[in-house]
Amino acid sequence: MRARGRQLVAGAVSASLGVALWQAIGARPTPSVSLPTLVRDAMPMSGVTHDVTAVLLNFRSYDTLLEIAVLMTVAVVALALRDASNQRAPARRQQLVLDALVWRLTPLLVLVAAYLLWIGSSAPGGAFQAGAVLGGAAVLLRLSGFPIAPVDHRFASRVAVVFGLTVILGVAIGTLLAGRSLLEFPVQWSGALILFIEAALTVSIGVVLYSLFDNAPQARLSEPTSAPSKPDAEPGR
Amino acid sequence: MSADRWYAYVGVALIALALYAFLIHTHLLRRLLAFNVMGSGTFLILVGLAQDGRGVDPVPQALVLTGIVVAVSATALAVILVRRLFATSQSTSLPEDRPA
Repeated sequence: MRARGRQLVAGAVSASLGVALWQAIGARPTPSVSLPTLVRDAMPMSGVTHDVTAVLLNFRSYDTLLEIAVLMTVAVVALALRDASNQRAPARRQQLVLDALVWRLTPLLVLVAAYLLWIGSSAPGGAFQAGAVLGGAAVLLRLSGFPIAPVDHRFASRVAVVFGLTVILGVAIGTLLAGRSLLEFPVQWSGALILFIEAALTVSIGVVLYSLFDNAPQARLSEPTSAPSKPDAEPGR
Repeated sequence: MSADRWYAYVGVALIALALYAFLIHTHLLRRLLAFNVMGSGTFLILVGLAQDGRGVDPVPQALVLTGIVVAVSATALAVILVRRLFATSQSTSLPEDRPA
């Protein structure tokens, strides 16, 4: 009976939120400024030709600054929760097909990441996409048992995790020292600065995403426990 | 109704459904999934509503791109926390949600 009451309350709450949002969308006021027009007018000053990249890395570059700060924080928390006891997989067996596939795929993935980074200035792509491919390549190597270094408390790991944030903070401080506002790039340098920042971000994003995979505690599903927990209640069944 | 406004309404439906799932399930992974669906609904509203009747708008697209990155990393952190909880307490739900 308790589950039934919970369902009723949850249904009422979510239905009323849905109705309220539905009404709000129907009654939204028309905005007075047209952001697409503003972006289109400012595009020649951005240093890139793709509008989303221009917004992310130039017009609203503090978004990217905060984004990489969030990623770094997450990596640090994951590092703090890291379970060092059972990180490494046992010695691997030789698997011909898998090894051959991974050895051929890894350089290709690095190439794809570099291409995504480069194309980001003129087409969809950029630092996060490239970093995600890099992180995926590292996860692939790790899953197929190649001896890829863990992201732990070593100095090199720490540098790799904070690299992106350090670079973008450095550029931000540089623009402030030059008497401009935060992350306001000089027009003639903006293309190069954006590529430089994005390259640094790619490294850190790849490392952070891989570290989140690598530092996840083992679930220990196979290990029998002395006091097995009761299966969780399944409301709605 | 334009396609963009349709996206916003789909986002509303996703948010309502996800809130329901978030409220009734106690398994943390289900809650995390519901939370992610809710985030996707928010992204749909953000882009769909901003572009409704005015064409492609790169600003909300960039906001959503940032949001996706943050959502992915927050999800990864939440999964790590859930696994840590499971490793220490052999349970996949919070103490206050467990049946007595």
